[in-house]
Amino acid sequence: MRAQDRGPSAGSGALLSREEARALADRVLKLSTADETRVNITSEWSGNTRFADSSITTSGGVTNVSVRVTAVVGRRRASATTNVLDDQSLKRTVDLAVSLARLSPEDPELMPELGPQTYPSVRAFVERTADLDPEVRNAAVKRAVDAATAAGKPAGAVFTAGFLEANATVVAVATSKGLFAYHQSTDAAFSMTSRTPDGTGSGWSSGGARDWSRIDPASIGRIAAQKAVASRNPQAIPPGLYTAVLEPQAVNDLVPLLSNALNARTADEGRSPFSKSGGGNRIGEKVADERVTLYSDPADPLLLGRPFDLDGLPIGRTVWIEKGVLRNLAYSRFWAQKQGVRPTPLSGGLSLTGGTRTTEEIIAGCERGILVTHFWYIRSLDPRTVLQTGLTRDGVFLIEKGKVTRGVKNFRWNESPLLMLNRLEDIGRSELTQAGQIMPSLRIRDFNFTSLSDAV
Amino acid sequence: MFPTRRDFLKVTAATAAALASPQLRVDAGGQLSAPSADPFVLELANEALTAARGAGASYADARVGRYRRQDITTRERQVQGVNDSESYGIGVRTLINGCWGFAATSQMTKDGVRRAALEAAFMSRAAQAVQRRRVELAPVTPVTGTWITPVRRDPLDVPLEEKVALLLATNEAALKAKGVRFVNSSLQQLREIKTLVTSEGTNVTQTFIRVGPSFSATAVGDDDFQSYEEELAPRGMGWEYVESLAMPVNAERWASIAVEKLKAKSVEAGQWDLILEPTNLWLTIHESIGHPTELDRVLGEEANYAGTTFAAPPEKMLGQFKYGPAFMNVQADRTQEGSLSRVAWDDEGVSADQWLIVDKGVLKDYQTTRDLAGRIQKFTGVTRSHGCSFADSWRSVQFQRMPNISLLPGEQDIGITEIVAATERGILIRNRGSWSIDHQRYNFQFSGQAFYEVRNGKIAGMLRDVAYQANTPAFWNSMDMIGGRSSYWLGGTFTDGKGEPSQSSSVSHGCVPARFRNVTILNTRRTA
Repeated sequence: MRAQDRGPSAGSGALLSREEARALADRVLKLSTADETRVNITSEWSGNTRFADSSITTSGGVTNVSVRVTAVVGRRRASATTNVLDDQSLKRTVDLAVSLARLSPEDPELMPELGPQTYPSVRAFVERTADLDPEVRNAAVKRAVDAATAAGKPAGAVFTAGFLEANATVVAVATSKGLFAYHQSTDAAFSMTSRTPDGTGSGWSSGGARDWSRIDPASIGRIAAQKAVASRNPQAIPPGLYTAVLEPQAVNDLVPLLSNALNARTADEGRSPFSKSGGGNRIGEKVADERVTLYSDPADPLLLGRPFDLDGLPIGRTVWIEKGVLRNLAYSRFWAQKQGVRPTPLSGGLSLTGGTRTTEEIIAGCERGILVTHFWYIRSLDPRTVLQTGLTRDGVFLIEKGKVTRGVKNFRWNESPLLMLNRLEDIGRSELTQAGQIMPSLRIRDFNFTSLSDAV
Repeated sequence: MFPTRRDFLKVTAATAAALASPQLRVDAGGQLSAPSADPFVLELANEALTAARGAGASYADARVGRYRRQDITTRERQVQGVNDSESYGIGVRTLINGCWGFAATSQMTKDGVRRAALEAAFMSRAAQAVQRRRVELAPVTPVTGTWITPVRRDPLDVPLEEKVALLLATNEAALKAKGVRFVNSSLQQLREIKTLVTSEGTNVTQTFIRVGPSFSATAVGDDDFQSYEEELAPRGMGWEYVESLAMPVNAERWASIAVEKLKAKSVEAGQWDLILEPTNLWLTIHESIGHPTELDRVLGEEANYAGTTFAAPPEKMLGQFKYGPAFMNVQADRTQEGSLSRVAWDDEGVSADQWLIVDKGVLKDYQTTRDLAGRIQKFTGVTRSHGCSFADSWRSVQFQRMPNISLLPGEQDIGITEIVAATERGILIRNRGSWSIDHQRYNFQFSGQAFYEVRNGKIAGMLRDVAYQANTPAFWNSMDMIGGRSSYWLGGTFTDGKGEPSQSSSVSHGCVPARFRNVTILNTRRTA
């Protein structure tokens, strides 16, 4: 089959260019009769391959362009979105946004649309990720399955299931006051589960990056199968408080949950762990171990986040927690104006600064503890402490005298990513855990494992 | 390479004509009539099928979806957002040499849909390099028809002012409760027009109308805050359902529960008898019966994400596994009135079905689709698919999703009052709180919104910081009382996630109140 007959197999040619996005935004802005108008454009390509039991189950490819129009009339505002881009449909969508705005009550928190801004340059688009067509994806799947099959041999014929996805995305913002922002990015993710034929062992591994070449499918397949083999016939050990070594992917599941709490308004309103007793918030107070530094920075070469939010507001580097002290909270433009501070968007990737040791060295320093591969089904229990519940999954092991000695049964746990960062024993080297996120391994004292799970 | 990006910007005028939402007509009974398939949509769908067959597909389907959503969110005395969105496109699925392929595009032109069909076929062929098992489809009788969710008034046709007024009146009433500082209410509305055309001759157009209101209030005390969320079930119903909830009338009472929670006694952890109202139990059914009996999980297809299930393998579980007591009957149903998963035909054109998952306490069947049903046919004797195929958008591939799964009422027509009266020491839980369950659906932990201590057959005061934790088979086998027909209530969720990339489906669960013996209760308060 010739390439041009394949349809949208790859994303590098499927996205709106800067000029096309600007032309589309201008068409919409010209149609608007509102006092102020904002246009948010998303142009996307996505290709994925899903497999189970060495067969492709579902896979797919999508192209789409959508336009969201936000109209402001006086102090009233509403939005309408469409993905049909002919003149008639765009006009209908603009008119709908304007008429919904006219019907809405006045918004006392309305902020004026922004004029032209300057943004840091972030090169987050990698062509080889956008060109990940079905043949390349399936070849990668085959490498991973072959590696898992070989590594799983001690347990027999291991079962494998996994998912490979590549996305290429353009986000553009334009306002009737002359703002125009354009950003293109890619991301890829590959994850795989391996299960032993006796049903007693399960392992998982994953990788994610803007650049597909940073992901090694064979290594992911091998690690998933090795964990499955090593976790067979898990021992039930009583639930309780244990030292836990969390691999970077497990930390990736927990620490970003702090984002919801990093909101100045809910803190100032008295409904957050960062609320100050008697009013205000806890900026400037120690909230975590002094080795903890958590920041967002779209220009960081490993994070490569979008350098603006949906209002078109530039996003720079923000240190949320510095050496254990709460330095910043996210301020919407309204709340920032009310409090007399600079607005601070909550995006731009997330990085928990790591130390120098490898996960193996973090394990070696543990007398007795539990090694966790990743977590599952995490839900909030108490917003006052960011307390969560969830389960371990696909590889949980006992550590004795600095060595991984055997698989143990999965646990349910009730723990807070915030309180946990006050019980830090050690912090490992940071690594890219997914596109736009960098996390280290952590050793936590008294992690609260509350009950056993029979799940494998 | 995809050479036609500029085509996004110059779609034909015919597309625009097709998109303008059809006027829904009212029939003689005062209900909206089902619109028939749009000729332009049929032309594109057939173009896609022709291209798919030309590329070698032994089977293909083309699904065109038009989705219109509107969300209104409010807090206290203001509207936080009014968002209206429409999404329109086609998804084409192909089967070549037993391998699936799927591609979707919003480019609704003959050229655009043809490219999507060829892309799907390319994927089918590429899959052969890895494929070990050929897909075999269960038989289906081709069908032509139209259907619409029975409603008198589509919420999207209700003037915005009327909807905003209802929500703000609700908030105003809630703020009358002394101690309440924050109130949120919202309204989600969806109208979905879906046309499915298959290479086997099926041609159906369905219009789904769904609505989901919400309400929560937060009371702030001394260095403390507590919230209460009312369980306003989303439904496949019209505006008349929203009106029936009388939100402005009830809001002050709901909000006052958040204030009461500030003063409630922290629960004593340990073993308690548990009385679950239907507003809590529906979600426990969803997580511990709905998900474990999905056939794709049973066969390992969700192993890398949502997980597998304890209810496997089929040959050892069907007709043998004792899920609960003999009075426990659980029904799967895609025909149930007012439910979110109600259809006339699923996304493979299979007629809506009703069947038992648990029969007199024993696991009887699973949830099936055309490509999976044959793999358990020798254990169930059922050759057809039960019609559980669903895709959440034109851009998503259809796969096995949950039908409405409900706990049927007991023979004796008793309710919560009789169950409380028969309980010596227990905890009664209302509405859903936090929920979490492991990837094989054994260990779960659920909370609620309001908790009451039951002593000697009476409510003895309010509790807080309560969660119940159990193992699914032990939990259902500890059930010793259930309510009867008049205590049945239909809960549900707009957003149930599954699949990679994750898709969201809407599903309802009906149930009656029930009592469970000696369940582990946790105190969820922690400070360090």
